[in-house]
Amino acid sequence: MQSSSPPPHIDTTLEPGRVTVRAAGRWTATGATTMAELLKARPPQSGEGLLYEFDASRIEAFDTYGAWIVERWRRQLEAHGATVRIAGLPQRFQSLLAQVARTHIAAGAPAPAAKPIPMLLEAARKTVADAAGTLARLLALLGAVTVGLLSALRHPRRFRFTSTVHQIDRVAWQAVPIILLICFLIGGIIAQQGFFHFRKFGAEDYVVDMVGILILRELGVLIVAIMVAGRSGSAYTAELGSMMMREEIDALRTMGVDPVQVLILPRMLALTIALPILAFLGAMAALYGGGLVASLYGGMSFDIYVTRLKDAISITHFKVGMIKAPFMALAIGAVACTEGLRVKGSAESLGRQTTASVVKSIFLVILLDGLFAMFFAGIGM
Amino acid sequence: MHPDGDIAIEVENLTVAFGRHVVIDRLDLSVRRGEVLGLVGGSGSGKSVLLRSIIGLLPKKDGRIRTLGLDRDAASEDDVRAEGRRWGVLFQQGALFSSLSALENVLFPMREHLSLPADLMRELGLAKLQMVGLSREDGDKMPSALSGGMTKRVGLARALALDPEVVFLDEPTSGLDPIAAGEFDTLIRTLQRTLGLTVFMVTHDLQSLENVCDRVAALESGRILAIGTLAEMHAVRHPWIQAYFHARHAGAGRNATLSQTSGGH
Repeated sequence: MQSSSPPPHIDTTLEPGRVTVRAAGRWTATGATTMAELLKARPPQSGEGLLYEFDASRIEAFDTYGAWIVERWRRQLEAHGATVRIAGLPQRFQSLLAQVARTHIAAGAPAPAAKPIPMLLEAARKTVADAAGTLARLLALLGAVTVGLLSALRHPRRFRFTSTVHQIDRVAWQAVPIILLICFLIGGIIAQQGFFHFRKFGAEDYVVDMVGILILRELGVLIVAIMVAGRSGSAYTAELGSMMMREEIDALRTMGVDPVQVLILPRMLALTIALPILAFLGAMAALYGGGLVASLYGGMSFDIYVTRLKDAISITHFKVGMIKAPFMALAIGAVACTEGLRVKGSAESLGRQTTASVVKSIFLVILLDGLFAMFFAGIGM
Repeated sequence: MHPDGDIAIEVENLTVAFGRHVVIDRLDLSVRRGEVLGLVGGSGSGKSVLLRSIIGLLPKKDGRIRTLGLDRDAASEDDVRAEGRRWGVLFQQGALFSSLSALENVLFPMREHLSLPADLMRELGLAKLQMVGLSREDGDKMPSALSGGMTKRVGLARALALDPEVVFLDEPTSGLDPIAAGEFDTLIRTLQRTLGLTVFMVTHDLQSLENVCDRVAALESGRILAIGTLAEMHAVRHPWIQAYFHARHAGAGRNATLSQTSGGH
């Protein structure tokens, strides 16, 4: 219907001191590009005293697109000192033109394109500032959680026991099967690689030492922490984030309820309890996996594996692994909760903060592991 | 083609049901080109369901819907898509895209359907925003930073982005203060007159019905009880209609204060 209608067109007559533009056709959205081309103001060096007459009497249809393009043309010419008269516009279109003429729009100057090098520097500055901000927010949250914990100790009735148990169920109990499976497989793979390579030196016996020490000190807790960051940390961020989006957290605050007490403390506590348990279970599963590979692939009977393991590892190795677990849990929980509380109203921001939560908490876990390695080496553990 | 080219929306024998629960029951309705039709009805009477099935968001069980002469069941996908730009819909909650700024929300349909120079498009977007009573600075705000009333206005600007022929408004004035609602009514009226818009609006606002609507249809348990001008509706002897159109005297706020100026009934 619209496509079969006459497109917008103009006839221009030039007389000394006077330009007459006769417009016809349908001045609507479909012809917007054409209209803009037609009415591209070609201002003379000095439009002073020049009269432009726009004869609109043959315009068949007119919408905001047409109105704005005419108005824009008028403004550009008047800015050059010309006089513009719009005549003959059918009555029914006049109020629309008047309405459009009332708008204040800066002539379309899009933002200047950023230069690449300053842009890179600016991005680097932002990243550094953001890293500092992240650290400050993490400390603030840990502080708030500590205050929340102390107040819960003084007023035990404020403590959300049910919620904490529910969170432990989610992050510990429900995570057990997948943690066991993954750690079992990792233990098996390490043992297989050990036998395959150590066999060349006839050092198969030392595979058990490697598996035991590696798993108890480092890998068990690290793999479990990364799994928990991906599984529970992301869930925390998404939950708190969507509560932020739907103003649930604001609602809590107005009721005089501290969101840290109600939402964050149970989650952090649950994580701190869950991670050592999961790390222990994971380490056991990995040692079992290693033993199974030893007997099936390495030609070492399970009894010998267990005896070698007893000689190879000490309680120290076990302690080194387990001490790290609660700290990693705190790092994961703090990152997940701060990122969740930073979610703004949009769906995109929820996704961005969830990604940031997982990436930052895995990074922190590995960083912490490195720091602990240095610390334990320093004190000779 | 339909013999009567003056009909913008034609609904014949429409039935919409969820499982065995019939919401719209063999409903007939036609909206004339260039008129503003207000649809009223109690909660749960099926107003929103009717609106959503006309714009194609809900599947119908039986019946025929023609919008601007096009029967969507018989039309090709291209026709349906082309028709999409001849409509605008203002959703009750605005339904703005949360990851785009207010201005970008208005520009979105233009980007999808028209190929315009970027600066012209931006100017048109700003013009639309100002026509719905927002400032240039509001255009840069994200939907989460907009108040309820502003969200509505941006939603209307987006619905009008392509200068459509038919506009569907779902509770356009709910959530606006009385003055803003009055201005909103005037705006709808202005645009409707200048563009020859056909407006199909679901509303609760009696003042809107009076200010904007040419005809009013009352929906009750899935059927149109009565349709006509506001004066005709006042004369209808039906308990629900009587109660509805006379509730304004008991109402507070906008309806009560403004009813004096419009000379109460």
